[in-house]
Amino acid sequence: MIQRIERDNARFREIVRGKIRQNLRKYLSRGELIGRQGRNVVTIPVPQIDIPHFRHGQRGSGGVGQGEGDVGDPIGTAPGQGGSGEAGSDPGEHVLEVEIELEELAQMLGEELELPRIEPKGKKNIVQASPRYTSIRQVGPESLRHVKRTLKQALKRSITSGEYDPKNPRIVPIQEDKRYRARKFIPQPEANAVLIYMMDVSGSMMDEQKEIVRITAFWIDTWIKAHYKGVETRYIVHDAEAAEVDRHTFFHIRESGGTKISSAYRLCSRVIREHFPPDEWNIYAFHFSDGDNWGEDNSEAVRVVRDELLPACNLFCYGQVESAYGSGLFLHFLQEAIGDQENVSLADIPDRDGIYNALKTFLGKGR
Amino acid sequence: MFRSMRRPFPAELREAQREIEQHARAYGLDFFEVIFEVVDYREMNQIAAYMGFPVRYPHWRWGMEYERLTKSYSYGLHRIYELVINNDPCYAYLLASNSLTDQRLVMAHVYAHCDFFKNNIWFSKTNRKMVDQMANHAVRIRSYMDRYGVDRVEAFIDTCLSLEDQIDIHSPFIQRRRKQEENEDRPKRARPKLPSKPYMDPFINPKVEDEDTQQTAVDEDAPATTPAKIPPEPEKDLLLFLLEYAPLAPWQRDVLRIIREEAYYFAPQAQTKIMNEGWASYWHSTIMTQKGLRDAEVIDYADHHAGTVAMHPGRINPYKLGLELFRDIEYRWNTGRFGAEYEQCDDWQRKKNWDTGAGLGRQKIFEVRRIYNDVTFIDEFLTPEFCERHRLFAYRYDEDREQYVIESREFKKIKERLLFSLTNLGRPYIYVVDGNYENRGELYLVHRYAGVDLDLPYARATLQNVYKLWTRPVHLETVLDDRKVLLTYDGSGHRKRTLGSAE
Repeated sequence: MIQRIERDNARFREIVRGKIRQNLRKYLSRGELIGRQGRNVVTIPVPQIDIPHFRHGQRGSGGVGQGEGDVGDPIGTAPGQGGSGEAGSDPGEHVLEVEIELEELAQMLGEELELPRIEPKGKKNIVQASPRYTSIRQVGPESLRHVKRTLKQALKRSITSGEYDPKNPRIVPIQEDKRYRARKFIPQPEANAVLIYMMDVSGSMMDEQKEIVRITAFWIDTWIKAHYKGVETRYIVHDAEAAEVDRHTFFHIRESGGTKISSAYRLCSRVIREHFPPDEWNIYAFHFSDGDNWGEDNSEAVRVVRDELLPACNLFCYGQVESAYGSGLFLHFLQEAIGDQENVSLADIPDRDGIYNALKTFLGKGR
Repeated sequence: MFRSMRRPFPAELREAQREIEQHARAYGLDFFEVIFEVVDYREMNQIAAYMGFPVRYPHWRWGMEYERLTKSYSYGLHRIYELVINNDPCYAYLLASNSLTDQRLVMAHVYAHCDFFKNNIWFSKTNRKMVDQMANHAVRIRSYMDRYGVDRVEAFIDTCLSLEDQIDIHSPFIQRRRKQEENEDRPKRARPKLPSKPYMDPFINPKVEDEDTQQTAVDEDAPATTPAKIPPEPEKDLLLFLLEYAPLAPWQRDVLRIIREEAYYFAPQAQTKIMNEGWASYWHSTIMTQKGLRDAEVIDYADHHAGTVAMHPGRINPYKLGLELFRDIEYRWNTGRFGAEYEQCDDWQRKKNWDTGAGLGRQKIFEVRRIYNDVTFIDEFLTPEFCERHRLFAYRYDEDREQYVIESREFKKIKERLLFSLTNLGRPYIYVVDGNYENRGELYLVHRYAGVDLDLPYARATLQNVYKLWTRPVHLETVLDDRKVLLTYDGSGHRKRTLGSAE
């Protein structure tokens, strides 16, 4: 039974979605969403939508309570005359937790940032599945009527309604009994994608910088995952040397060494070579650093990107997270060396508010 | 109408209902016929979100409330055992997962609520066929939505709801206006008079040939050519005022009327929350402990009852407060602790053991449930001894520490705070004073200041909604930070003008 309230609830959710969409920019720079991520949904805290009334403010206000305490003691709970176990009738100030599907969030992100849809490379991967008539529906053309199912349904109905007479087993299907074959598209083997995140974890990358990377990565994940069925993610950290790690380590590890970006690029290249043949995979490589590379390593890093990564990747992105210690020169090197390449996106992320533009730059290529 | 929800009423509950009803009648409770429905928690949350009714007009806020209830139910934060609505017959919903003991207790509770609805004077003017009426409202609003668009009607409902508490809760009982006035054809809306030289006046402010202006035309020479003041007396019922004078389309007027009617229907419930819950708790405990309980049920009953009347630090539980006050009244009138002789007795010892054996307790509480509401109930029956015994305290907002702190344990202060939170349902008093302010058709509202400032952002947002209905600039006179100020919204922006220091 569809309850009446479902419609009001759907309407309410629609309004809330509108609010989220409006404030998406604000959410983009906040880390709290990430902790609220389930398998397919994110829980987003939204301030309760309120209908304003003339009401008393706090100044001069008060009330009556019950319990121990001396004059002047603060009272812990928010004031109000709530009932106990029964229905609380005060709307009060709540923060609503709204669950939203990742796919929908990605859609909002796309609208907000005006992102083009990703066009997977390698058309040969896209197999157009032919429709198969394997499904059943209650409506359809008579030519597709499923006689057996229809009769079965009619039989069921006549038995439950008590019309069925075993001595005279005549059943006449009515409209509701009719069943039709329906076609179903067999899910096509979608193009696969792999996300390779690389991050500089040298001493100059502080917690705030890592948080920015974490938030950016969350939105990149959201967006890319909305476009591909099977998305794999790999994580590489580096200081002077690079290592492949799991997600948790990636965001939490801290090293103190120097920085050789080329090490990460070389490892990335090896990972691609060994596991993700470029003609079968859509490869996305993201690298975050504060740009403070060891001087002599720059040319080597650029070489690896140009000769090994770019030919293999759909997209290579470099986000330079500004820190108090980094010189931030690497961005310029990349800009000069490969800035004109089509599948390269370079962004400078000065602070959390910079995430917005960085995402726009990274994902705006539609690759 | 309930067909979709109806499910068989189990025999054991039918038996329980018969028994509890018999007990309730034997105690002298007098109620409408009560129809119980067993519902699951989802249906219960739906009905609760609709404020007790099976059918309401479509609006997102029911959906919001439903979401909140459902979440909080699934986290185990609350559980609605029962819901009962003021209607004849009285519909009451029982949660299917209640144990039989719970159901019996809840039924006793419901019968007392129903008795209260039927007999308390403040409910006497409510529509007893409100279930039908709400459904009618839903149909009307749906048809407007079909005709004028969901978004438009919904936005208008939001605007009206913002003002839904601006009603005069006492007006059903008081004749605020002179009779003849109502028969009079009220002038539509005062036409603003443009400034002009006398010889130009007939051209600048031409007379429209209709009844209102003809009247002024007659005594043209008289110095008082200003039209009758609108409203003649400050009007508390802002919704009524807007209905009568705001330039609304017929469908908007009807929506506003619906919102107002429902607000008046619900007002007595807010007005008697402490009494109503107290009364119901008094009777479920009386009926259950004296008659209804079986030996095996004692623990379950005690557990449920304790949950209902549990006290939480820093708050008042209306169930508890009401229950204890009723018991206190019964005790005082049973022992004759009332009247001048008792009040003026100075002998502490004698007062402590006072017992005239009057035995008027039961009779008194029935009288109380008939003629009091929360404000008069607290005003009359809250005693210093009671506050002391139940550890009541008054709290206030401490601006320096930015939190609420215990202000006092003095009886006077407690009573003052409690009454303040109940008077006008704890809402500020706002009056319409002038519907043609400065002769420009602007609306002038006055907040009757009683020591607590308005919440400014809310006041401004609400003022914007008043403007949406009135369509001319609106003003609100109030006191902020000990200064008398005039808040104005003119459709493009807010202004705040200081009028002087508050007296």
